[in-house]
Amino acid sequence: MSLTILNAVIAVVIAIAFAALNAAYLVWAERRGAGRIQRRPGPNVNGPLGLLQPPADGLKLMTKQLVIPGGADKALFMVAPVLAMAPAIMSFVTIPFSDSIVARSMDIGVLMIFAFASLGAMSVLLAGWSSRNKYGVMASVRAVSQNISYEIPMLITVITIVMMTGTMNLKELVASQSGGIWNWNIVPSLSSPLMPISFLIFFTCSLAETNRAPFDLGEAESELVAGFHTEYGSMGFGLFFMGEYANIVIGASLITILFLGGWDCPLGLFPGVWWFLLKIYVLIFSFIWIRWTFPRTTIYGLLNLSWKILIPISLFNLLLTAGLLKVF
Amino acid sequence: MSGPIHIQPGETFTLNVGPQHPATHGVLRVKMEMDGEYIVKAETVLGYIHRMHELMGENRTYPQVLPNLSRLDYLGALGYTHGHVLAVERAAGIEVPERAEYIRAITVELNRVASHLFWFGAFVMDLGGFTPLMYAIEDREYILDMLEAVTGSRLTYCYYRFGGLYNDIDDEFIDRARAFIPRMRKSLKKYDALVTGNIIFRKRLEGIGPISAEMCRKYGATGPVARGAGINFDVRKNEPYSVYPEFDFDVPVYDECDSLARYKVRMDEMEQSLRIIEQGLDKLPDGPIMPKKKPKLIKPPAGDYYQAVETARGSFGIRIVSDGTKNAYRFKLRSPTYSNMSLFDEACEGMMIMDALAMMGSLDLVIPEIDR
Amino acid sequence: MIKDTVLQSLRELFPDPEPVVEEAAAESAEGDTAEDDKKKAAKKKVEPRVNGVIERDHAQYGYDIDVQLDPGELLAAVMILDKAGFFLECVTGVDWIKEEQLEAVYDFSRYDFDLCRVVVRTRTSRSEPKVPTISKIYPGAAWHERETHDFFGIKFDGHPHLVPLLLPEDADFHPLLKDFKP
Repeated sequence: MSLTILNAVIAVVIAIAFAALNAAYLVWAERRGAGRIQRRPGPNVNGPLGLLQPPADGLKLMTKQLVIPGGADKALFMVAPVLAMAPAIMSFVTIPFSDSIVARSMDIGVLMIFAFASLGAMSVLLAGWSSRNKYGVMASVRAVSQNISYEIPMLITVITIVMMTGTMNLKELVASQSGGIWNWNIVPSLSSPLMPISFLIFFTCSLAETNRAPFDLGEAESELVAGFHTEYGSMGFGLFFMGEYANIVIGASLITILFLGGWDCPLGLFPGVWWFLLKIYVLIFSFIWIRWTFPRTTIYGLLNLSWKILIPISLFNLLLTAGLLKVF
Repeated sequence: MSGPIHIQPGETFTLNVGPQHPATHGVLRVKMEMDGEYIVKAETVLGYIHRMHELMGENRTYPQVLPNLSRLDYLGALGYTHGHVLAVERAAGIEVPERAEYIRAITVELNRVASHLFWFGAFVMDLGGFTPLMYAIEDREYILDMLEAVTGSRLTYCYYRFGGLYNDIDDEFIDRARAFIPRMRKSLKKYDALVTGNIIFRKRLEGIGPISAEMCRKYGATGPVARGAGINFDVRKNEPYSVYPEFDFDVPVYDECDSLARYKVRMDEMEQSLRIIEQGLDKLPDGPIMPKKKPKLIKPPAGDYYQAVETARGSFGIRIVSDGTKNAYRFKLRSPTYSNMSLFDEACEGMMIMDALAMMGSLDLVIPEIDR
Repeated sequence: MIKDTVLQSLRELFPDPEPVVEEAAAESAEGDTAEDDKKKAAKKKVEPRVNGVIERDHAQYGYDIDVQLDPGELLAAVMILDKAGFFLECVTGVDWIKEEQLEAVYDFSRYDFDLCRVVVRTRTSRSEPKVPTISKIYPGAAWHERETHDFFGIKFDGHPHLVPLLLPEDADFHPLLKDFKP
């Protein structure tokens, strides 16, 4: 009994450490990447290649005063940033990094991750609403409607995959794709000819779910100042920031597990955690690349894209796959 | 007044955009009556950076006012100083050597390209794309370095004198200007590929923020705002001044009246400015840069003089009412953005806030120039 | 030429056009050389100008038609210009303290290549400056009139929102008046 608890505690600690480290160093990677893309150095002063920048930033944020605006709902205001970070960390518990590296392999792994992901919308809503700032309220309303509209095509796509593989266990999902690139879900097969399109839908939805540009309407800094975290400073802001990057890691991991064969090698050789990490960092880099290339969409353009394009296509794909699964 | 704010459906609320807001590029404030994301009514509040340049123009002698003009618009300052020296030269009847006029035209056009470049970057940043700003600033930096070498300053120039220039350009400037033209043409192609063709960018601007030709006329909008509404109006062509009649250039006009049209006008204008610079460098005559005969003390005869020039933002007018002394009796600055901005209140009604702010970006606002 | 038609219709505003036409004729006749004009301009300063239309040399003054009229006729003149397709360049004021008068100056110009700048001036007493608003005809004048009200204290009759624009909301001074002491 005590061993199981110890196990669980260790798993959670490792998950927190991984999430926090990733979040901190992805900020560095994003800033360096943006620097490369924009032909400027980026952070390069603290330590070699600016690698000590994240701890410096963290120290700075932690030593700052957390200002709670007058009239704000104090409790909710304090809870919101925690609510941004905690679900993201919890999701890591069930993500398999390789055949053996997984904290808790659950049969409902997919469901659990999506359940935690939808809590993220809650934190945005609470943050915007409780800080008694009109920009914050507008941004949080935007972010919630965006999250709701993009969870639907995302889940429909996941249902398609669950239907094909017959499992919701993330480990088994990867196992069903093992053996080389031709077995991955992204590659169209007879029973699922539209899988590349599903991949694009899922990718777009992950961008929107994580509030990344070009879908960063929740923080739209040129219209809504800083969106839902306008009033946050200090570590409150820091948590939102880290939560965003932790969510990006989860999004990339999900894409990798659902479509790109997890820790599987494209040629079926030497499967292992290195392939998983390589895949998620390539995906994360593409997230960063997109962010620094595209302008922001409008809120109605965003909702139109989801309701008029993504949802019909993913529904059609679901029906088609269901029908073809029966045939083949 | 405690507890979070409550917004009831059907109830409007007031949103203060500014004076400190990322989209206003300065200290402009727009009081917006909002119904959710929609603007019901907007009222622009000005004056946060008002410095009363017109009174300074009356209190100081004509040469003492020279540096003031570049403080109006820190992005396209040379256009404004050009207007000022032309107005005083017209009033006092000072002849300007041809070489000086050519150098003025070349530097004004360089400054116009620099101003449009910065606007381009800032405008795309308004739409959420941050990277083009950095590319634009890189090109702009080249121009600023070039101008710094001849004028001595990077933004707030005081380069023109009544009758000529403070400093002649050298071969290095000419070489760099010549090298700049192909470089900028290449950059323009890059911007076109990176931004103009971008689907998100087009979707955000096409058909958004309509400003009709009639509205332009009623509000006195000039410059790219008017040209984006299909009005072929450019002071350089309509009311030629300086040596502009000598140059062969086109005035880009688009009829769509939307934000994208205004964007395209400015992008095309950069190319036309490059053409002017090219021709100016080819035709640059030798000779003095200051007139031989110039009054020691500038005392224009009594009268009321007006001079309009085309700056990067539109038609800049300067009225000098002289009473024959060394100070101006009245020194009026007609700034183009003031008129362009005044139509924002009417144009943005019923728009969503993000579209309205995109339209505001397409007006190319420089707040110190509105407030003067 | 739009200039001639506008000149014609503006002249019709003045009931007794005789002296004005003479002055205009004299102006254009004498305006050949800059020297003459300078002398003339210096002479003109002595007495306030009579109402009327003057044709100006564009190269020297920067505008073509110079109209001075009573505040009561302002709207009629502006309507003529509006109908002719002019756009409003700006509105401003001049404080003629020696003559105890405030002048409101309206600049109009055209978008087409038929170049014609028109300046409309109207004078009002310094003690109670009042001019009708033209913001009903040109909504863009609203801001310019507010600015002129800020700087000179000229009241624009019928203006929908005559509160300080460039000066602070509670400003009760008019900095461009010649007797303004900061």
